[in-house]
Amino acid sequence: MKIFGKKEREVLLDPLFNNNPIALQVLGICSALAVTTKLQTALVMCLAVTAVTGGSSMVISLLRNSIPPSIRIIVQLSVIASFVILTDQILKAYVPDVSKQLSVFVGLIITNCIVMGRAEAYAMQNGPVMSLLDGIGNGIGYSLVLMGVAFVRELFGSGALYGYKVLPLVTEGGWYNPNGLMLLSPGAFFLIGLAIWGLRTWKPEQVEEN
Amino acid sequence: MLSHYLSIFTQATFIENMALAFFLGMCTFLGCSKKVDSAIGLGIAVTFVQVVTVPMNNLIFTKLLAPGALTWVPGTGDLFAKIDLTFLSFLTFIGTIAAIVQIVEMTLDKYVPSLYATLGIFLPLIAVNCAILGGSLFMQEREYNFPESVVYGFGSGFGWALAITAMAAIRERMRYSNVPAGLRGLGITFLLAGLMAVGFMAFSGIQL
Repeated sequence: MKIFGKKEREVLLDPLFNNNPIALQVLGICSALAVTTKLQTALVMCLAVTAVTGGSSMVISLLRNSIPPSIRIIVQLSVIASFVILTDQILKAYVPDVSKQLSVFVGLIITNCIVMGRAEAYAMQNGPVMSLLDGIGNGIGYSLVLMGVAFVRELFGSGALYGYKVLPLVTEGGWYNPNGLMLLSPGAFFLIGLAIWGLRTWKPEQVEEN
Repeated sequence: MLSHYLSIFTQATFIENMALAFFLGMCTFLGCSKKVDSAIGLGIAVTFVQVVTVPMNNLIFTKLLAPGALTWVPGTGDLFAKIDLTFLSFLTFIGTIAAIVQIVEMTLDKYVPSLYATLGIFLPLIAVNCAILGGSLFMQEREYNFPESVVYGFGSGFGWALAITAMAAIRERMRYSNVPAGLRGLGITFLLAGLMAVGFMAFSGIQL
């Protein structure tokens, strides 16, 4: 049973480890960190970003032959913004609580460099199906990092995973004393920094010359 | 009255620093902070664009998009009172920002060529800087009025400029340090940003 050929699978899976958009290309970190104090908000954010990246890449790829090069950025931005509006309305309708917590960060998907980056670098040269896969692949690669960070921050910051208590807290008669730094912004910076260190020790070809 | 504006400014600049508390404008914050000179240029450009776009978007939001905002149109009576165009705010805000950045670029090119030479390469980058769009979205969420949005725009832009200049200064010094191979470049920059964020958290003790 083979749904995808080799090339399609490569397009979908390459962004996960070999070419991970956050770790290697430094894209889309902006919105990535503010929503990672809890797994639930991070998961919703990941779904939103993957949907927007996939959808906008496909539409931009369909339009690529009729977009005049001089105004392509603004055309890309309006396609992306329309997808973000759509996502925002869906989130507001079905998960209003999470949508409140994400506050401005759903809107900021528009300026998330990963979406623009894929549109400009891949969708403008390739067909709609491949662009959709590329967009989804990059979205999932982004999600992996985001979920990893959210996992560590929620587990050590509040002793829970997806809202369920895993480590019993001292305040509730347990043994775990939550590490408050994890829930604050510096915690996310340290985690990403250490994660990049780990990834580059594992794959030394990604090391930068300073 | 003045103290109210002062507290908005302090909050936007130090306590809720765009870069270090909300992770906004990170791509440029990490990418363009290798030299102090270019960091200062970028900081000035962001502050400038922020001061123009946040009040501009404030006007657009309160006069065109907010529920019942269109009632100022003469001769329409109650016809427009029920219109709520809030869902269009993302599209209009990003459009305004892109247009204003373009206008600023052309104006500088024509009237202040020396400033254009310094800021020129950064201006297109700013159109897709999350800090700029983030400023307008926060303005909408917190329901600032027009003068408040001017102060907020300046404060948030200035805070971002401060953060990137400090970061660039630290990174210039880092060049002489022996950093482990895997941590070079991006990795150490993140750890630095984390330490700076710890420093800026001291401001959260300020009572406004």
